[in-house]
This record gives sequence, structure tokens and C-alpha cells, in this order.
Amino acid sequence: MTAHIEARKKLKAYLSIGVLLKGLKIEGCMLIEVRWHGRGGQGAVTAAEILASAAALEGKWVQAFPSFGAERRGAPVQAYTRISEKLILDRSFIYEPDIVVVLDESLLNADRSNVLMGLKPNGKLVVNSSREPHVLANMLRFNGDVAAVDATSIAIEVLGVPIVNTAILGAVARIIDTPRKESIIEVMKKKFPPTVAEKNLKAFTIAYDRTIIGRL
Amino acid sequence: MSHRLVLSTNHAVAYAVKSCDVDVIAAYPITPQTTVVEKLSEFVADGELDAEYIAVESEHTALSVVIGASALGARTFTATSSQGLALMHELLFIASTMRLPVVMSIANRSLNMPLNIHCDYQDMMASRDCGWVQIYVSSAQEAHDTIIQAYRLAERSDILVPVAVCYDGFVLSHTYEPVEIREKEEVLRFLPRFKRPNVLDLERPITMGVMALPDYAYEFKFQLIDALTKVPRALEEVDKNFEEEFGVSYGLYEEYKAQDADILLVTLGAIASTAKIAVDKLREEGVKVGLFRPRLYRPIPVDVWKEKLRSAKILAVVDRAISFGAIGGPLFTDIVSVFANESDRPLMMDFIAGIGGRDVTIKELMDIVRMSGKVLQKGRVEKACIYYGVRGVEYE
Repeated sequence: MTAHIEARKKLKAYLSIGVLLKGLKIEGCMLIEVRWHGRGGQGAVTAAEILASAAALEGKWVQAFPSFGAERRGAPVQAYTRISEKLILDRSFIYEPDIVVVLDESLLNADRSNVLMGLKPNGKLVVNSSREPHVLANMLRFNGDVAAVDATSIAIEVLGVPIVNTAILGAVARIIDTPRKESIIEVMKKKFPPTVAEKNLKAFTIAYDRTIIGRL
Repeated sequence: MSHRLVLSTNHAVAYAVKSCDVDVIAAYPITPQTTVVEKLSEFVADGELDAEYIAVESEHTALSVVIGASALGARTFTATSSQGLALMHELLFIASTMRLPVVMSIANRSLNMPLNIHCDYQDMMASRDCGWVQIYVSSAQEAHDTIIQAYRLAERSDILVPVAVCYDGFVLSHTYEPVEIREKEEVLRFLPRFKRPNVLDLERPITMGVMALPDYAYEFKFQLIDALTKVPRALEEVDKNFEEEFGVSYGLYEEYKAQDADILLVTLGAIASTAKIAVDKLREEGVKVGLFRPRLYRPIPVDVWKEKLRSAKILAVVDRAISFGAIGGPLFTDIVSVFANESDRPLMMDFIAGIGGRDVTIKELMDIVRMSGKVLQKGRVEKACIYYGVRGVEYE
């Protein structure tokens, strides 16, 4: 426990001189790398693509790509998003993400080592969970910012199906500077047919408002 | 007016095919097909592309249909990958020796066994002797633009050879990135409708796909060989015209910090993109390393490769395919063959990597360069082909 307190103190010190947040700001670093963990059917790949498209609207260079096994519903799926000021040349997977997004809370147990693998110490974690961020941070022994929202409930409430990608994007929009919320909304409006877009935007907005950000 | 979209390479290819205003698309719609033809079927269904879209029962039939349509003078397209390309194999030769300007996109994926859906170049490399022009691209934008160039090249009356546009399965095919879309009006200015001299026509009957016995079969084949020798110059011209219209050119190859390089990475497609970062990092450490990426792979532009590769002290070839029983991978054996009669040539090493979709990282590419550097210091290649990263084998 003392180790955690020490770590928090250090992080606060970093925060005060702006190093920590700068790391996630596009202006401060050339590249933001996001890794998405979901299960087949939850829409992780689409979420990765929407985030990339939104950043592209703001003039950034982007990349979004999946890591498929054999495609099947329910199997763990990873997807990746890169956002940069420069043309992106790296075509390998993301091993040290700035942000990890977990669309399915059960992966925290079933696939924990993969979910947290390489996440930068000053990185951020977004989890689809009804638990408090500090509870999740403690459970995962993670010192960075944790954003939590019960995206599954929102998806079922608004869309009628547990496709959580647009809801979890709401939480991502809360913790990321680039792209802005408005750009994500614009992409979703273009991507989906009007009635589908309307519902997904509702899920996105509710999740954006309900997201709680915390840490150890 | 061109506009920018975030697209997967598959969709970037589909948009290019739409802008080329093709007449006939035939494709087998199920795995190992990619979303190229899914997107094209949408375009046709939505009335955005006035083409015959023929869904067939196999890749063998897909290419057969396209061959028939092309023989009638239609602008045609099909796409496949992996086992699908293998099933097309006999038709590949028929399309090229009938001199039909078919264009096909291939999202390169591994061949069975083991069952694997991921990226390597085994599918196309197993068909590299099929007489098609083969171009490997490195980004979604390049795939989009190369499809347009491919029609212009294939349809030239001095060429009339089918063209395969190859891009890394998943690594490019399913990766979304910004793509400048070339609009139909601009594309058709660059790629005007033309009248081919020899097509099937009831008013002017000819025979195509004839039988030729020992007395003439060889001459038929030689016509294709002759046409292929004209491809490098023709592609340069096409590329130059493309630049005049669209402001972008790609050339027969791409090089990066290669001018003064002692160690030259030589690789195709997506790996060459990642390799640029490896080159930058090693340059910071003072390693004189560069990159050469062949774009036109068949026919081999022999003189160009020779000139560009000769000045390096060692070539570190990275092959994303295996040539079972050969001295190295396909790209490596090609490069060795280019220097067959040359006494003045660099040392050459081959690193087989990225097989069955295995990731090729910046670190690994840096490691490959360092291994090559050690061999260069020794001045002698003891083991030419390294199966890089394979489990159970240790290399120094």
C-alpha cells in the first residue's frame, strides 16, 4: 500500500509539471496509440475506426486496424488506433499503448495479462464497468487514470443490444484530447444510417456524461 | 475534385475500381475473399457503378468469367487472396498468354497448411511465373493509385498484359488510413476508353485461345516475353502521366536513405514502410543503412535493380514468403539472379520473416540490420538464408 502512495505522490509531482498529461496530448508527442480489447460482436474494430476517422477530420494522420483470430462471436478481439501529426509508417502491432480500452469487463480476468501488457505507466485505461475507477485501478494495480462507464447497460437501454462500441467511445472522448467529441459525433452521423446514428449518438452522449474518471 | 476518406486498403481498391468505370466484375464472395468485392457489389447495387457484377461459385470461375468478358473488350476486375489465388492458378496463365488486360487485386495471405488466414506473400509468390505484371504496394493510397495505373498499363496496345496489384493481407488490407480518392472524371481523363484491336466481335470474327502445336507454341509464348520486356519503360511513362494528372508518382521502386548506405534493406510492401523507422533509428546511431523497395516485381526491371543495389556493401533482403527447397526466399533468389554474371556485387543475405501473419517490428528490422552489419565486418556470408525468429533455431 505504501508503494501505491509513493507512486501516487510521484505521479502528482509529474502532473504538476505537466509531463503526464502532455504525454497524451497530440501537441506534446508525435503519436498516440490506442489498443482496444473486446469480444467478437461488440464492435471494437468499428470503434477503432471511428476514433481514427474523427482524428482524420481534424487533419491528423491515422491508422486503425484489427487483430483477428478466426472471426467468431464472443472470442477475444484486439483492435488498434494510431493518431499522429506525421504520416504513420509503423505497420506493426501496438505493444506500448498510451490508452487501453476494454469493451468487456470479463477480459480483465480472462485476458488480464494481455489487456495491461505494455500500457505506459502514464497511460490511461478505459473500462466498460459499473465499478468505481479506483476499485478497478486497485484491482489491476494500475497507477494511471481510469475511466469507467457501464456501457453494457447503456447499450441495452438505448440500442436494445449489448453492442457497446459507441457507448465506450463516449468514455474515450472524455479522456482523450484528440479527436474532440464533436468530431466523433460527426463521423458517427456519416457512418450510420440516420435512425441507427441517432440511437448510437444517444448511447455515446449518455456514456460521455456518466463516465467517471479516477485513480488509485 | 478529389476528397479524402479514411478507408481500409480493400475499400481504397474498390473506390479506385469504381473510378475506373469497369464493365464487368466477377468474384467469389466468401473466404478468402476480402471486402473489396463486398464494397463493389454495394456500388453496383446502389447505382454508383454501372457494371455487371457476377457472383460466381469459385475463384476459378471468377477469373474465367473475367477472361471471357475481357476477350469481348470489356474493362474487367476481380480480386482474391490465398487459396482463392491458388485455385485460379491455371487461369492466370490463360489470361496472360491470351494477352488480356485484366486487373486483379490480391490481399496477400498465407497458403495452407497449417490453416492460417494471415499475411504473407506465399500465394502470389507461388504464381510469380504466371506472366502477369506484379506490383507490390506499401499503403492504402498507393493501392488506390496503382489500380488506376494498372489499367492504363495493361490496356496499352504495346503491352496488353494482365496486372496484379498486391498488398499485405490484414496489415494493409484491413487497415484504415486516410486516402485521397481520385474521382471518376479525373481518372477517365487519365484512362480514356480505348478500342482494342483484337476482341471478339460478331461483325469481325477472330479466333482467340487457339491451339498451337510444336511448330508455333513457342512463338506465342515469346510474344508475351517480348511484351513483358517493355513493361518497365511503359510503367515509367504511365507513372509520369499519372503524376501530371494527380501530382503523385511512385516509380518502379522506392528508396530511402539508400544513396550512401553500406547496408541496404531490400523488401516489398508493408514491411518496407515500418523499415523506414528502423533506418531512421539506426542512422541516429551512426549505422549507414538504407532501404530499397521494389514496386514492380514482375517483370524484374533488371538494369534498375542492378544499378540501385550494386553500390551497397551488403544487401539484407527481407522475404515474406518461403521458396521451399531453394537457397532463400523468392525476392532473394531474384536478386541473386540479377547479379549472376556480375563480378562486382554486394554480399547478400536473406531473412525470411512475417510468415503466417507474424508481426515484423521496428526492433526486429533493426536486429536484422545489425546481424547483416556483423556479417559485413567478417566480409563473408556463411549462412545466406536466415529463418528469422523461427522457434528452435539459433543464429549468431
